[in-house]
Amino acid sequence: MSDVVLSVKNLSVEFATEDGSVHAVDNVSYEVKRGKTLAIVGESGSGKSVSSLAVMGLIKSSNATISGEVHFGGQELVGIDPEEVRKLRGLKMAMIFQDPLSALHPFYTIGEQLIEAIQVHEKVSNSEAAQRVKIMLDRVGIASAEQRMDEYPHQLSGGMRQRVMIAMALINSPELLIADEPTTALDVTVQAQILELLRDLQKEFGTAIVLITHDLGVVADMADDVMVMYGGQAVEQSPVRELFYTPQMPYTWGLLASIPQMHTDSLKLDPIPGTPPSLINLPAGCVFAPRCAHRNSVPDGLCLTTRPELTTVSSEHAARCHLSVEQRSEIRISRNIGKVD
Amino acid sequence: MSTPILRVRDLQKYFPVTKGTFVKKQVGNVRAVDGLSFDVMPGETLGLVGESGCGKSTAGRSMLRLLEPTAGSVEFDGRDLLAMGKRELVRTRREMQMIFQDPYSSLNPRHTVGSIIGAPFEVQGVKPEGSVREAVQSLMERVGLNPEHYNRYPNEFSGGQRQRIGIARAIALKPKLIVCDEPVSALDVSIQAQVLNLLDDIQKEFGIAYVFVAHDLSVVRHISDRVAVMYLGKIMELTTRDQLYTAPLHPYTHALLSAVPIADPDRERARERIILNGDLPSPSNPPSGCVFNTRCWKATDRCRTEVPLLREISTGHQIACHFPEDKSAQGQSTVSGADFTSH
Amino acid sequence: MFPYIIRRFMLMIFMLFVLSVVTFLLFNAVPTDPAMLTCGKTCTPQIVEANRIRLGLDQPLPVQYFEWIKGIFVGRTYGSGTQTFECHAPCLGYSFKNGEEVTVMIKQALPVTVYLALGAFVLWMIFGIASGIYAANRKGKWQDRGIMAITLIGYSLPVFLIGLMLLLFVIVRANWLPYPDYVSPLENPIQFFQTMILPWISLAILYAAYYTRLTRSQMLETMSEDYIRTARAKGLPEKRVVRKHAFRAGLTPIVTSAGMDLAGLLGGAVITEYVFSLPGLGRLAIDAVKDYDLPTITATTLVAATFIIIANIVVDILYAAIDPRVRLS
Repeated sequence: MSDVVLSVKNLSVEFATEDGSVHAVDNVSYEVKRGKTLAIVGESGSGKSVSSLAVMGLIKSSNATISGEVHFGGQELVGIDPEEVRKLRGLKMAMIFQDPLSALHPFYTIGEQLIEAIQVHEKVSNSEAAQRVKIMLDRVGIASAEQRMDEYPHQLSGGMRQRVMIAMALINSPELLIADEPTTALDVTVQAQILELLRDLQKEFGTAIVLITHDLGVVADMADDVMVMYGGQAVEQSPVRELFYTPQMPYTWGLLASIPQMHTDSLKLDPIPGTPPSLINLPAGCVFAPRCAHRNSVPDGLCLTTRPELTTVSSEHAARCHLSVEQRSEIRISRNIGKVD
Repeated sequence: MSTPILRVRDLQKYFPVTKGTFVKKQVGNVRAVDGLSFDVMPGETLGLVGESGCGKSTAGRSMLRLLEPTAGSVEFDGRDLLAMGKRELVRTRREMQMIFQDPYSSLNPRHTVGSIIGAPFEVQGVKPEGSVREAVQSLMERVGLNPEHYNRYPNEFSGGQRQRIGIARAIALKPKLIVCDEPVSALDVSIQAQVLNLLDDIQKEFGIAYVFVAHDLSVVRHISDRVAVMYLGKIMELTTRDQLYTAPLHPYTHALLSAVPIADPDRERARERIILNGDLPSPSNPPSGCVFNTRCWKATDRCRTEVPLLREISTGHQIACHFPEDKSAQGQSTVSGADFTSH
Repeated sequence: MFPYIIRRFMLMIFMLFVLSVVTFLLFNAVPTDPAMLTCGKTCTPQIVEANRIRLGLDQPLPVQYFEWIKGIFVGRTYGSGTQTFECHAPCLGYSFKNGEEVTVMIKQALPVTVYLALGAFVLWMIFGIASGIYAANRKGKWQDRGIMAITLIGYSLPVFLIGLMLLLFVIVRANWLPYPDYVSPLENPIQFFQTMILPWISLAILYAAYYTRLTRSQMLETMSEDYIRTARAKGLPEKRVVRKHAFRAGLTPIVTSAGMDLAGLLGGAVITEYVFSLPGLGRLAIDAVKDYDLPTITATTLVAATFIIIANIVVDILYAAIDPRVRLS
């Protein structure tokens, strides 16, 4: 039971703006276990990044309202003294970001930035901290670590910088690592190096990883579980194989059919029509209904009037959709989506 | 065999590196593009793929003379592009267009969509049938924009729609060639597919040839007929799409393809992959011999001294490598130097 | 780093050279005959001609320029025969209006302006940066809005108005301070401070308002940078995030502005010096303009511009010290 590192229940994040309130994250729940990876998939504006920033206590804006529960390390983080959450950040939970060049401070050396990450949480001498930094940089595959510690971020390559970010995030052996599009800004051969590194480190430290990405290839490669987000909501949650082989939600189908693939015979793309919704004026019914090709298969125009609940298909697989389970498998088979047994 | 619409030979684009306070002394060159040769046939798509810093974007611009090439020759529709005077070049530009990566910065925010798309008519002094407005509105309709939005400004459109505006502008004068520079990499996945399909349809309808510059191998696979893989300013391998993706012969192509994760968990986790060591060398100081030798697991002394020339290894399959991969033994290599992993 | 400084230094010398040529040419472009200005009411053409020769104004321009530059570096001799007059280096010319070497006049005026500028500089930097950071940390709250309103007023009030109001209320009405009467701080430190405090304040109010706004906008911009999010994600306390990570990054444009503003003031804070009757460079320059005292105008222009050029290189070096990307590329 203590395997669950992070448990999020009914998390909502709302921003009050002049145009109205923005429901960036709406009622999202998930769990991440020790040594496992949860991938959060979605397009820009889906709420995938905001939900994680909320977990980290990094939403500082005074017009944000965060509600729900975030259980981490035996504590409830929503509503407690921000100082308590701060003490956990970098120590028990850490985060890496998309663009490692802008995420590292341009004026401080790599060594200074990593040593600081240790000394915030622990009283250790400079030389001891430096020693630990060196070991960690070695571990993440940075050659001649001692020399690199005196260098500045702009002197390193993109892949090297992301290794530094990973070293910084993992230097206090956190239980949870949130990786927000960690390889999106990198070249594909470097992406392969970084994903490999993350996987090795996860094995070694037993870190639970929340991996935020838009790349289904990265999901297939890294994830144990997947949560698909759309319009601030979790529209489908399942173990990784089920998501790819028996997806239950038309948006997930659309994603799978619209990405150019490396391995399929068919080169035809089947894009999702339209554009993602504005988070200020979310549709009354299903958030995906305006773009959904199957909304007419549901009687009474239910899709446009009633928001579907997240309903379970199997013990670990849930989706927000008014289509019946039978309808879904019919459509999947007829449109050749996922793996048809 | 028809004649190529674009014939590029030994194209070079060097950027000088200078030093000094008052008198700038040239101390070297960034060899962004270092000897490209290829043909593009009418109506076909040539993918130009590679990682950042490989020179693919510079190549795209140099072949349209948006950047002045350092050396080499570019023939467009049988005419020598580099020998043209300014006026002739402007006239020729009618037939060759470009679509840019960033749909946010490549459109002037102070001009209406109508005037942006109509600009080519004005610049080139071309009178379309009917009025310019009618022509622009039919273009807008063709690329999937609402023609009633004629008077709106670019900031009122989403990223995908802006890329459609860019496409409408590019096809306004029915060009024979469009260089697309990373046209979908700034877009969300669901929008990316819409734009790719649009490019596909337009090509079929108007018979336009594309040079498609991109870093995303799966996007390039989707759109291209033939693909050239670039590394440090040079073409490593050039062949048909199917050849390249199923049986790459250059070790770099092999590594590049194996680095792309595929969206199928079972296959993704079962497959073997090559993880290249190290980073891209600096293009101002490229390795001697084969530029890929510092990261290649097959490199020998010969690779470190002798530059492999791009040669035709079988019909329509060009490769610049001393030791091409063995087709039959694909994926079986056990040479040390790179990490081969599967999990 | 070292080649960078050398490079900047050479550029500075070059700019000073160009500056001296331009100043010299401007001096000669004035439609008034400088020789005419050298004699008083009982002027005869003979005296004018004699003075022209004495001052070397009959020589061709390049020779005059060379003499002028020579004067600055090694001193020069005016006239010939028995009527020679020795002007020691750095000789910036001779002012007939005042019957004195320009260098001597500048030597007297410069310290006043330097004290005035430095004092005001310290005041505005402390208050401007502190209130800018404070406002940025409370963006949108009443403290921020209050500070922004006050700075807007401070920024739009003309210096002479602030100066005159202070003079009127603090000295004339309330009698809290004696009337300003400049003495050197070495001579009478108390009187010096009593004289300088109001000029410092009135000058600093304007600049403090500007620096509050600059610092605030800089801080707000850097606080939204990715590396600030990283600093927070590390678990740094907010105070550390602001002081160590945000402030240093936001500092560069402030340093640039500060350097140039200080240099500008060192060339003479004309209005403040006038309002408070301080015998500084600005006053010297304005008086010279009023009197057509051409050698003094040229000299003060040269001094003021030299400050700007020196400030430029100092700012560049500070830039490199703050930002390793400048230093190491």
